[in-house]
Order: sequence, then C-alpha cells, then structure tokens
Amino acid sequence: MSRQHLLTIDDLGADGIEELLDLTDSFVEVSERRIPKVPVLRGKTVAWLFYEDSTRTRLSFETAARRLSADTMNFSVSSSSVNKGESVLDTVQTIEAMGVDAIVVRHGSAGVPRQITGWVDASVINAGDGWHAHPTQALLDCYTLRQHRGNIDGLRIAIVGDIKHSRVARSNVAAFTAMGADVTLVAPRTLLPPAVGLWPVEVTHSLDDVLAHVDVVYLLRMQLERQAQALVPSLREYTAEYGLTASRFARLDPDALIMHPGPMNRGVEIAADVPESPQAVVTNQVRNGVAVRMSVLFRLLGSEVDPRQLVEESFSG
Amino acid sequence: MAERERRRTPPYGGVFIARSRVMDADELRRAIWRMAHEILERNRATAELIVIGLQTGGVDLAERLAAALGEIEGTAPLVGTLDVAFYRDDIGLRPVLPEAPTEIPDDLTNKVVVLVDDVLYTGRTIRAALDALHDFGRPRAVQLAVMIDRGHRELPIRPDFVGKNLPTRRDEAVDVTPDGVDLGEIQRGER
Amino acid sequence: MADIVVKGGRVIDATGERMADVAIEGNNIVAVGEGLTALRVLDAGGCVVAPGFVDIHTHLREPGTEDAETIESGSRAAVLGGYTAVVAMPNTTPPIDDASVVRDVLALGRDALCDVHTSAAITVGRAGDRLAPMAEMAELGVHLFTDDGDGVQDPGVMRNALEYAAGLGVTLAQHCEVDSLSLDGQMNEGEWSSRLGMPGIPAEAEELMVMRDIALARMTGARVHFQHLSTAGSVAMVRAARQAGVPVSAEATTHHFTLTEAEVAGYDPVFKVNPPLRTVADVGGVKLGLADGSIDAIATDHAPHTADAKNLPFDQAPPGMLGLETAFALAVTELDLSIAEIIALLSWRPAAIAGIATEHGAPIAPGSPANVTIFDPVTTWTVDPRELASLSRNTPYAGRTLTGRVRHTIVAGEAVVIDGDAQR
Repeated sequence: MSRQHLLTIDDLGADGIEELLDLTDSFVEVSERRIPKVPVLRGKTVAWLFYEDSTRTRLSFETAARRLSADTMNFSVSSSSVNKGESVLDTVQTIEAMGVDAIVVRHGSAGVPRQITGWVDASVINAGDGWHAHPTQALLDCYTLRQHRGNIDGLRIAIVGDIKHSRVARSNVAAFTAMGADVTLVAPRTLLPPAVGLWPVEVTHSLDDVLAHVDVVYLLRMQLERQAQALVPSLREYTAEYGLTASRFARLDPDALIMHPGPMNRGVEIAADVPESPQAVVTNQVRNGVAVRMSVLFRLLGSEVDPRQLVEESFSG
Repeated sequence: MAERERRRTPPYGGVFIARSRVMDADELRRAIWRMAHEILERNRATAELIVIGLQTGGVDLAERLAAALGEIEGTAPLVGTLDVAFYRDDIGLRPVLPEAPTEIPDDLTNKVVVLVDDVLYTGRTIRAALDALHDFGRPRAVQLAVMIDRGHRELPIRPDFVGKNLPTRRDEAVDVTPDGVDLGEIQRGER
Repeated sequence: MADIVVKGGRVIDATGERMADVAIEGNNIVAVGEGLTALRVLDAGGCVVAPGFVDIHTHLREPGTEDAETIESGSRAAVLGGYTAVVAMPNTTPPIDDASVVRDVLALGRDALCDVHTSAAITVGRAGDRLAPMAEMAELGVHLFTDDGDGVQDPGVMRNALEYAAGLGVTLAQHCEVDSLSLDGQMNEGEWSSRLGMPGIPAEAEELMVMRDIALARMTGARVHFQHLSTAGSVAMVRAARQAGVPVSAEATTHHFTLTEAEVAGYDPVFKVNPPLRTVADVGGVKLGLADGSIDAIATDHAPHTADAKNLPFDQAPPGMLGLETAFALAVTELDLSIAEIIALLSWRPAAIAGIATEHGAPIAPGSPANVTIFDPVTTWTVDPRELASLSRNTPYAGRTLTGRVRHTIVAGEAVVIDGDAQR
C-alpha cells in the first residue's frame, strides 16, 4: 500500500487488504470498550472535504478519527467554502496551509483524489470519486464477509444493479476478486460498463438464474435518474427483473448473506421487510465501517514507517 | 521482545542469534513457581487478581503464572492479554502494527492487575501498558512481573516480581522462549 | 546581391532531394545551386532545407481567450515548430462566422511571425442549423470551412452545405462527432473508461459521421476533408472511399499517432482531448493511414488552455493539447517514414488542402515564395513546457526526448527563427 494515500483498492492488493482487515480486529475491540478511544493519532488533524453530501460516510470517518484521538476539520459542501466556486486546487491548498495530516475527499468527478495528491503533501483518502472508486466501502464489505463467513476465498458473490455508475461495484469487484471470491455481476446491458467482458467476473442478465447458487447477494441502490436517461424503462420493471423481491428472497439459500451499501430504496432493489431478516447484514456493514476506517486512518497516519524497513530495536519491556 | 524479531525474520527485520543460554527450561519453571508464590505472598487471594500478559512476549508467561497460581491456591485468577501498539510513545519513529487484539476479561476497577512481560528493558512498553489499562477501569493496584530484567531503564519503572536479573549491553538481545532464555544479538537480515 | 543565403543544406521538396544553397531576395527564392552568396548567411550544415510546414488545424484563441494564446504568440510557436503558415479554427468568441470577424482575424494576423489564414464556420454560430455566409467569407480568402469543436449533426444541413460549397470551390472540413453518441464522454469508451469509471466516447461517434459524409460527398460530388481522424475504422473507410474515387481528404494529429487512452489513467487533464486518445490498434491504424496515403496530412489541433483550466477535475477540464512546437519532432521520432515523406505530410499536402499551395509547400526553386524551414533531423532534445513559446503549458509530452529540431524558419523572405530562437 502506498504509505501515503488510499485512492483505490488496487493500491492495496490482497496483502494490503488482509493487513487492514487484521488491524480492524483490534479496532473492533477498541470500539467495544467502555472508553472506545486510543491516543494513537493524538496531535494529528484530519480534514473532511466532501463535495457530495454524505452524512453517513462522513460521520463514520469522523467517529473513526475521534476514537483515535485525532482532531478534525470539516470543509464539506454544506459549509461555505466549497460553495463559493473556489477551485478544488485552491481549496486543498488552503486546507493544507492550515496544517492537516490527511484529507478525506468525496467528489462527484472521478480522479479528483488522485489529482489532489499532486497538489498537497498531506495523505489523501478517497471517500468516493464519481463512478470510479470507494475503497473504504469495499474494505468494510470484506470485513463483514470475513466476520460472517471466515474466509472470502471461494465465496460466490452476486453484485446486482447499476454497475456502470457504481463506485461501490468497481471497488468491490477489485477487492472481492483480489481475496479469491467468485463474482457475478447481475444487470441489464444498459447498466453494465463497456468492455465488462474484460473484468475478472461472470456477467448475467438474469437474477433468477443465479439466486440459488450464491453465498452473498450484494444489492446496489437503483437511482431514479436512470429512468430519465433511457437506461431502464421504469423502476417498476427494474424491480420485477432485478429486485430482491419477497419471492426471490424465499428462494435464496437460508445461509446466504444479503448486503447493501446504503441508503436502501425499500421496495425497489430490496423488498420492504428483507433488511430485517437475519440474513441481511446491513447494520453490521455500518458498524464495521467505523472500525475499518480507524484501520485506514491509523495505517496512513499512525504507522508512518513501513514496518518492513526497520528492525524493532530497543522498544521492549 | 525477541518474539517480535522472529516475526520480522528475513527479509524484514533480523534474526536472533543466541550466544549463551541464561536459563534452561527447568530454571524457567522454577522461577515461575517462585514468582507465583511471591505474588500470593504480596496479595492475599487469587479472586481479586487479574493476570494480564503483554502481547506478545508476556502472553505465554501470563498463562503459566496463572496456572501456577491456580495450582497453589486452588482457583486460578482471570487471565487477559493487552496489546500496547496504540499507546506507544514512538509512533511515527518505529513500526507500530498491533500483534493481536486486546482481551481484558472484566472491568479492572478495584482489581489487582499483575502485568506480565518477558523482558523489562527501557520501561516504555510498561508505561504504554499503564496508559492502556487506564481505559479499562481503575485498578486497586498494578504490579509488574517480568522473567528477565536486563537494565537500561529510561523511565522510572521498576518490577515487583523478577525471574532473573541479567545485566546486558545495549547491543545485545534477550530471547525468552518456553524452553529457556538465551542471550545473543540481532543479526540484521536483508531489507 | 541576395539578402539571405541558406548554405550547405540538403534541399528536399516535392521534386526530390539535392545538396544546394538557397538564395533569397525580398519575398522570393532567387537561386538554388552551389557556392551562392548573400548579405546574410544562415548555416544549414547537417540540416534539411524544406518548404515551410502548414498547419491546417490550429486554435489561436483570439478573439476571446487571449490568456491562453494570441494570434501573435501562436504564430511564434508555429515558426519555432517549422510552420510558415497556419489555418486558424473558427471556434473563437465570437465565432468566425461572418466577414467582419474574418477581417479582424486576418488583420491581427498581418503582423504575425507566420502567414495566418483562417477557416470559417459552416453554420451560423456553429450551431448546425443555418448556413453561414460562405461566399462572402470566401471572397476574403477563406478556403476551409468547418464547425470545428463540433460536427454538423443534421445530414440535411450538411448536404446543403456541401452543395453550396461545391459551387464556390471551397472545401468543407468536418469534426466528426455524433453528439448523441458522445454525450458527456470524457475519454475513449472501452476497457479503460470502464476501469477508470468515466463516461466514454465510442469510436462509432466519429465513424458514423465519417460514413455519412463519405456518402454525402459521393452524392454531391463535393469535396470533404476529415479533421483529426482517430480510429482505425475511420481510416479504413477513408481508404476505401479514396479507392472508389470519392473526393475526400483527411488529416491526423500527432497525439493520435503517439498517445493512447492508457495515458488517462492518472486523471491528468493534460491528456484530455477531443476526439479522445484511443486504443493501441487505433494508433496503429492512423500510422498505417499516414504511411499509405489514406491520410493526406498531419495537423496539430494546437489547443492552448491556461493552467487554471487544466487544473480542474478531469470531467470539468476543457479538452485540448498544444502541438505546434512538437509536431515535426514527433513525426520524425515516431513515424517509420523517410524525411521526404514526413515533409510531404507537414508541408505541401496540407498546403494543397488549404488552397495555398502556390505560396507554401511549393518546390524550392527560383520564383517560389521564400517560405522555408531548415531543420536538423538527428539532434535530440527534451520537451520542457516552460520553454515553449506558447502562452499555455498544456503539452502531454513534458519530459519526453524527441529527435529532430527546427533550426531556422523563413517566412516571406524574413528569417523569423534563427538557430532555434524567434527573432521577435
């Protein structure tokens, strides 16, 4: 993993993912303590730069930072600086001038976090860039899978929905396949990315065909705009063909897990009461999100030296 | 400590090369037995004791001490483990990945904690451990048991129960294993 | 006594190659031979002496975005790249779609270091609906008409434009892009756009319009010139059309035979261009087209943008790259062609398309206008954006080492570049 940044899952590789998942065990334990706080990032400052409104992801990161005793600064779209039409370049250079160790960025345009790494010295963490990547989501999804299934290697995972426009799908495909899972994408042609045949996945247009043969169903949120863009005829038709309806849910293996990155459109991609079933682990995903983000922040800011380069010398006893 | 070196054996860190055996398995066993008696002498019962081994060098010893205490008194005290990675004072200077999650079996308030580690050296690990324990309650007392005290303290930390005092040079290293204690050095491996 | 003699070089033009001195007096070449003398000597030892290059696709940004480039700074970049003439594109602000703007641009170009011609829009405002006053502008010397920046979307409008143009003896040039297929594409559609998570522009967005305009050219008998071809499919269609005798010509830019879509992986908007950088196979197709004559000319599509504009998120940054100062060297470095063939692609063939073949690209002989470039075909140099004469810095070749460098450039008998330095 690049010691400085987390931009995509590809930055990590299978080893990097494992390392972060192992670290997360420690932070799950910290989060369950009476006082869920460790001093490890004391004196470090993390800035949130969210150009897309996303209370849940930002709060997840914020909780993670606080539990590590870091200070935080919020430059998100609801606050004024982003709205003034200031360029991203000027905004991040202003943030850096105020003294931050890391910037967590979410932006509607792919590539912005990478561009920012060229403009500042601080560590950059991608909290979602356009359709491209959302690495911390993929990590928390991997952690959740490990929690429930022990091992991701060999798991049969179906990712269902608007793959083309989904940064969650891209990062999950990268992470799940790196960890040895068999991934199948389920979507109509119009919601699949171009050249998807070159991705390391199976592709099908029929959810019914794969339902009985998967260990995990990962549902993506279906957005209203896709109907307006002539990509699907209507949400009703989408739900009929690709939604996890009550009848499809009944046909799932009782041990199969149901996952969703949130927020859910009940009645569209997922039937209204399915999230309450014991097979749905959506709230676990959210809970794990904090611990995973603690691992990421810790790994980037709290362990600056690559452990492989130094022998542990006098630190003992 | 040497445990950590082993974990970082080539090409990462270095290899521990033993030069002399300081304690053999029997001497180790006897020392543990003696320390257990000393612990009971100082404290009255095992019921209010919690024996906590520091990851990773103190975990095995903590279990053996707790077992010994159990044999002597009839009931073994609670055992836990503590990883101090997040409390170190040298974060940013040295590798700081935790070895394993902390497991503290109970609220520490009003308990007597016996911290256990294999080697006491500069005292910084123990300082970090005291900080960490702080987040788990307010113990009535914290006592320190180590198998080897090798000197060169950098902080005002002193052990309550010691297996063996072993004067060492700074460039030497001490390795505690279930079979015995060796004095030697770390040979830097390939980076 | 002649004013300038270019001494000791290898003269290469459309008639052939020979070692010779070239003497220039006033605006013209007066003698070509051995042992010539003049008031001033330009050393051409080890160099090639060729007709000056002609860029039929340059964005000079004036009027409208003078902080990115002016006609003057653009002409300086041009002569440093060996160009003695450029044809400016009409997507300025206001667009060049009537006689008064044409006059303004030509006036601004009069003091430029090279010969500045201008194209003009096919439709009013480049909006694709009504025909612009082409006859009026043709009278001012405009020979190429294009809505560049956009293609003419409506086939009926394009047909009418072609028929009207045929009667005027001018050439319509097309920026081939079907808007409803390119939509908000940012890069080539394919494996890379899929991975990088950006909307793409499929090859078909260009190829469909190439196919359409070949059919319209055949139907109307009017000449069509295809701008910046970027796909192997487009090149193949133009090849077949030429073989069938359809009156078409084509150009390709240097970036479309040197760079691929993989460059976009770092999301640096320096590599954002329209048409986008394509696949390895497409680059191969373009190179083949340049080699076998399916593509007549190399053009630069020189598109300056300020640093502020290119420091935006990729999908917000404007497309376009610099080209004038690197085109010749890139052709020498990357194309497997002889120097003579490269000069043809840069000089007399584009001159013919632009309708200026008597002044530029003409054989180096007594009586020809003195529009000449002298270059060293073997010297190497490294591209440094800060040393470019353009007002902008958006070159995708920063740090690249290239072979071939212009040493002197003479425009209408004036030595505007001497030993690699612009003289004004």
